[in-house]
Amino acid sequence: MLKNFRQWGKVVTGSFPDKPGERPEGFRGKPVIDFPRCTACDRCAEACPTHAITVTSETAENRKDAEGRPQESGGRIVSIDYGSCIFCGECEAACPDTIHLTRELQPAVSDRKSLITRARYRSRGSGSWEFVEIVADAASDRQSIEEIGARVKARALELFGRSLHIREVDAGSCNGCEIEITALNNPVYDIERFGIHFVASPRHADMLLVTGPVTRNMEIALRQSLEATPTPRMVVAAGACAIGGGIFGKSYASCGGVDKVIPVDVYIPGCPPHPEALLQGILTAMDRFPSRR
Amino acid sequence: MNDRPDYFTLIGQALGDRLELRDGAAPNELYLSLKPEALSSLPDIVALLTRSLGARFTTLVANDERALNGGFFLYYVFSAPAGDLFLILQVPVDPRHMEVPSVTPVLEAANWFERELKDWFGIIAFPNIYRLAVHPDWPEDVHHMLKDFRSDSAVPRVPGTFDFKRVEGEGVFEIPVGPVHAGIIEPGHFRFSVAGEPIINLDVQLFYTHKGTEKLAEGMDPRRAVFLAERISGDSSFAHALAFCRCIERLSGLEIPKRAEVVRTIVLELERLYNHIGDMGAILLDVGYSVGAASAFELKERFLSLNETLTGSRLLRSVAAVGGVRRDPEDAVPKRQALREAVVTGREGLERLYDLIMSTSSVLDRLETTGRLSRTDAFRLGITGMAARASGIDRDFRRDHPHCAYSRVRFQVAQQKEGDVLARLKVRVDEARESFSILEQLLQQHLGEALIAPVSPVPPGRCALGYVEGWRGEIVHWAMTGPGGELFRWKITDPSFHNWRALPVAVRNNIVPDFPVINKSFNLSYSGNDR
Repeated sequence: MLKNFRQWGKVVTGSFPDKPGERPEGFRGKPVIDFPRCTACDRCAEACPTHAITVTSETAENRKDAEGRPQESGGRIVSIDYGSCIFCGECEAACPDTIHLTRELQPAVSDRKSLITRARYRSRGSGSWEFVEIVADAASDRQSIEEIGARVKARALELFGRSLHIREVDAGSCNGCEIEITALNNPVYDIERFGIHFVASPRHADMLLVTGPVTRNMEIALRQSLEATPTPRMVVAAGACAIGGGIFGKSYASCGGVDKVIPVDVYIPGCPPHPEALLQGILTAMDRFPSRR
Repeated sequence: MNDRPDYFTLIGQALGDRLELRDGAAPNELYLSLKPEALSSLPDIVALLTRSLGARFTTLVANDERALNGGFFLYYVFSAPAGDLFLILQVPVDPRHMEVPSVTPVLEAANWFERELKDWFGIIAFPNIYRLAVHPDWPEDVHHMLKDFRSDSAVPRVPGTFDFKRVEGEGVFEIPVGPVHAGIIEPGHFRFSVAGEPIINLDVQLFYTHKGTEKLAEGMDPRRAVFLAERISGDSSFAHALAFCRCIERLSGLEIPKRAEVVRTIVLELERLYNHIGDMGAILLDVGYSVGAASAFELKERFLSLNETLTGSRLLRSVAAVGGVRRDPEDAVPKRQALREAVVTGREGLERLYDLIMSTSSVLDRLETTGRLSRTDAFRLGITGMAARASGIDRDFRRDHPHCAYSRVRFQVAQQKEGDVLARLKVRVDEARESFSILEQLLQQHLGEALIAPVSPVPPGRCALGYVEGWRGEIVHWAMTGPGGELFRWKITDPSFHNWRALPVAVRNNIVPDFPVINKSFNLSYSGNDR
């Protein structure tokens, strides 16, 4: 990125690393748990401000055999939900041997569940636990922004016969997500080159890009924005708050996520999501729709 | 510190019959406790403090202390005119009456604070019939900041509509805007009354982004609440987190390593830089000057990615911590180089941008005399920070209440007199210049390696202010701990809560197409205001 410190008058666009995921040393990206090393204590879960990491006793519900019959429980489940993660690094600080923050971004997904990685542990007696298996693994994806952009453009033409128009709706965010969404329009990211335009009204939009936990005071406005958006339309929830309430959770003032109010097609993790993650999420949403032709 | 007048004696002599004086947990806090029988003289005392003494109102904190001592207390916080001191007027509220005399008639700056008091606590001070901090569909008798209200309560919606000030007459019409705006910005509703192009009146309805932050923090471990503080207002993530950390440090009497203070100052200035530069771009965009805007946004992006390089987070999150900082932006050679290079190239970029603006008459024509806020109005409404300095008010917490490493660097407090959009832009430019100079000075300072004080338990039952001059203005927090060292009460005051009141005054008699640029020239936080 530092190579972008260029002189005035030069082209600044498109100077992204050709290879994706080249974030600087010390970047607060996706935390990864070394499950075989993990002892299923709950220091990381204790440290996590948004309960993205949980260590729970295995219940009959999450332990079923192939026929769906509940099995004998007694194990432990360690689970990390990248949808709730705010990438603060408290887990790494609590357990530096087993958890480290990578320089990778967690990609967006259309299935909320595929933001969760879970592993199962069995008792070795005397309160210690042994790794058994990874039950579910969160999606991962590595593409360059140019690659994603080109696919967005092709997909938009295929779907709509024209470019993609997005209406951004802030449903009570802290403004962090807006800073990154605005950055998509700057000359460095310049997403208009991929045929993506931010429009002033939901009536002109193909997609609602929603941020914030959906506050009580924005709930009605969000529903009305969706009603005003012509079909076919997509809803993208950007940021930990929009995915599941984030650090604000569900309360008298917060609905606890966009999908509690309107249906969501794609979830983009991050607090806030990196501009590259936003673009990748927009593409994921477009892939969800059947072609016109 | 030595030039500070002896307020203890001064106030004690004048008001000793009505007030009890005591020192706060932090050395620069003086608590003035109003005796219950003297409640009716509250406005007189506030008038004396602000008018005769020249103290400046910064925030009003209400606290439900019924479980501790059977009543409510209000804390009116003033910044003393000379010397680094805060005067905190503590006023008891009888829970059977839930009423205090209003200070708004003598102190207009307290208006919104008193209205929030009514909406959130049910304590009546200023008898304004309009709601401020709750929407019309919120039940009249529910006050979420009372301790017996649980944050996970389901509150039913009741019928109700917004009451906007109506302007009537031939040719007068209303333009409703929001809460979902045309740009990528936060939600709020604006109701313009116009006749032709000029704006006669603007009413603003906020609190769309109210997330119950202060309520959620009740009972929380202060170290965890830092992450909540980072999400009060995204563009001031670090400043808010720092203000909160300082509350906890000040009430604990925690000493901060010198290196941590330097890092905090560096990061605060980095936050100021990316915001000031970004705002320059936004102002240019709103007057249709795309070339200038693109240049500014490119410059802003450089600083966002510099933030990422130095701290791992583009918005400087997860840097602040109680007792110090979690990251040192200079702990590796490439980082040190990046920061030094950014000071040089950033400064060049800023000057080029400024020259571009000042040599483009079509831009200047749109900015000059637009959205003027007079010094009188700014003073009356208690406007703070960058907006106040653009209207000729000479105030800056970095100088007046030195925090972090600001006492160890030299800098000028930016000043403009005109109070128009151009003045606010010039203040930003001057402050960005000073930021570069502050960074340069701090790069010379190597003061040990420790980044954070050793973890110690947070003491129970203490309270203190935490304050920071953020890029927008004074961020003032007040926190009190409960019996186990957990948060009992946390009051957040973003400068926007003062400065939103400037907008309707500044837009009056301007044309509707100039509204976006006037709004942007203040760039107020919705989320910081609504919390």
